[in-house]
Amino acid sequence: MEFISQHPVLVVSIVKIAVLLFVVMTALAYLTWLERKVIAHIQARWGPYYVGAHGLLQPLADGLKFLFKEDITPPVSDRLVYTLAPFLALSLALTAIALIPFGPPSVTLLGQPLFVVSNINIGLIFVFAVTSLGVYGVALAGWSSNSKYPLMGGLRSSAQMISYEVSLTISVVGVLLLAGTLDFNSIIEGQSGYYLHFIPRWHIVPQIVGFMCYLTAAIAETNRIPFDLPEAETELVAGFHTEYSSFKFAMFFMAEYANMITVSCLATILFLGGWLSPFPDSWTWQLFIPGAGLLALGIYCAVDTITTMRGIARLQFGVVTMLCLGGAALTLAPAFAALSSSAPAWIATVNTGVQGIFWFTAKITAILFFYIWMRGTLPRFRYDQLMSFGWKLLLPVSLANLVLTSIVVLYLMMKVPG
Amino acid sequence: MNLPLIVFFFFALLAVAGAVMLILAREPVHSALSLILVMAALATLYLLLGAEFIAAVQMIVYAGAVMVLFVFVIMLLNMGLEERTNFSKFAYLGVVGGFVLLLEIGHWLFHSPAAAAVVNGAEPVKAFSTVELSKLLFRSYLFPFEATSILILIAILGALALARKEE
Amino acid sequence: MTVPVSYYLVLSAILFGLGVVAFVFKRNVITVFMSVELMLNAVNLAFVAFARAYNQFDGLVFVFFVIVVAAAEAAVGLAIVIMMRRNRESLNVERVNLLKF
Repeated sequence: MEFISQHPVLVVSIVKIAVLLFVVMTALAYLTWLERKVIAHIQARWGPYYVGAHGLLQPLADGLKFLFKEDITPPVSDRLVYTLAPFLALSLALTAIALIPFGPPSVTLLGQPLFVVSNINIGLIFVFAVTSLGVYGVALAGWSSNSKYPLMGGLRSSAQMISYEVSLTISVVGVLLLAGTLDFNSIIEGQSGYYLHFIPRWHIVPQIVGFMCYLTAAIAETNRIPFDLPEAETELVAGFHTEYSSFKFAMFFMAEYANMITVSCLATILFLGGWLSPFPDSWTWQLFIPGAGLLALGIYCAVDTITTMRGIARLQFGVVTMLCLGGAALTLAPAFAALSSSAPAWIATVNTGVQGIFWFTAKITAILFFYIWMRGTLPRFRYDQLMSFGWKLLLPVSLANLVLTSIVVLYLMMKVPG
Repeated sequence: MNLPLIVFFFFALLAVAGAVMLILAREPVHSALSLILVMAALATLYLLLGAEFIAAVQMIVYAGAVMVLFVFVIMLLNMGLEERTNFSKFAYLGVVGGFVLLLEIGHWLFHSPAAAAVVNGAEPVKAFSTVELSKLLFRSYLFPFEATSILILIAILGALALARKEE
Repeated sequence: MTVPVSYYLVLSAILFGLGVVAFVFKRNVITVFMSVELMLNAVNLAFVAFARAYNQFDGLVFVFFVIVVAAAEAAVGLAIVIMMRRNRESLNVERVNLLKF
């Protein structure tokens, strides 16, 4: 026990890393489930339904399949680089998630902020540095596969990624001018407060053009439809990951979804206010929103279990119902306890933590839903259209946004005396 | 033996190993990867010295854009393996001379009184702030800043003009 | 408590020396370019070490400019290499010797 009290930083960091890794891996797996369900419903079909109730065990089945599939190694030119590329892609994608604050820094464990693994002053640029290294995973995978289609796909994909990285970075500088700092927690705290007492002061309101540029550049950066020509099945077999099978392919797959999550987290922090709630603090009923949401979900699951599920699916969905109702109880209990005036101090901290995580997750899920919606709806760009869009439209628009923002910020700075 | 010293030696060894692999590698892609390793190790050393913005800029610009350009050109031009040459016998003399030179530099750096002003390790490192750096960059060094932006424009135009296919 | 600045300078000298060795001994023109980049990186490390030693920001500004100039030089140099490959079919520095005395 003295070890824990003497080295709080080390112990809390290990706990945070373990929990974050577990949560991120589960989120990746269930993001694939969400994607398949949403695209299926857009296409008027059901998606995974039979592997576990409502397809909820499908990611587990896919994971087991990837583990047990035969690992074919084609006659590659360079064994070291061939094996290195997916590891590089996945480790870089997961490193960027370590910097994201998922909740307010006031919630602490043993004196260390609980919701961010590492909080550094230059958080924003560091995330960009890590994502700009992600180009190597793709380029090296395409090169070392010793085959035409992967090489073409790899070169095109990396050229696309570095082109859109410029617009990505420039569209964020507008936010930087408004916030004045590179630190994530300070950027989020600068977004508290309200215009006209009910519109939250999030950066999406003054920087709507920047937000749209950022989202477009982010979709291109993560190689998603409509920008996924280099890895489309009908175009280049499978692009840069053609020659990879089983676990290495799974690593590329996970790296792509982890990049999606990172980019959504960044969009939430920079433009949508991070873990701040959209309602003013004086509206105390907002403490019940996470609990009410989980309760509604639990009731829906209960009704579905009783009416439509049969056999083992009924058992599985009953477990899901229990989980949802249990989560609802866990989140409603501190909210009710905060109403009574004799609540101990840590109830308020728990409430702040629950609220922070709930709003952050809700915003990320909204952006990820938007990503998946794009995938189900739009056709893809041809490669020359893609490159000309990136350089001839998106970059000038981001630059114009930057110039306009700096003019307005300068005018406001000069208007305030002193 | 404290933690900053251990971290310094680890990343310094990594940088030197990367530089040696750059010399000894037979394939150009391996040389490029070793140089990226050197740049990453140096970025960590900049962080240890407190220059956080420079570390991030080094990773974004140098390791994330310039080296990508190198890797692209290596992949596009598809050059073969590096040929082994016959060493001239003077190389051994050069190695001895270089080693002696390095020992002399090390001795001067550690023991000469002029270098005592440079050796500094008393108080813990306080990071260089990005705001102060940008104030210096955009006020005192504004002219070189604008000149380098014109330089980049010239470089883009030059590269385009040189590498364009004759039609 | 922390690392003395002279350690960084010795590391910079070693990296610069290795860069010179690579520049002299390598035959492939792109590897020669990469050794130039290695030398520039070593110089950057020396600049940052001195900036820390005297607690001034000017060293960092210089590093910024060195990085920018190295990027511009890499772009133009690689364009020249592409032309070399197109015209002479070889990337060996010893074969491009028409102007040799």
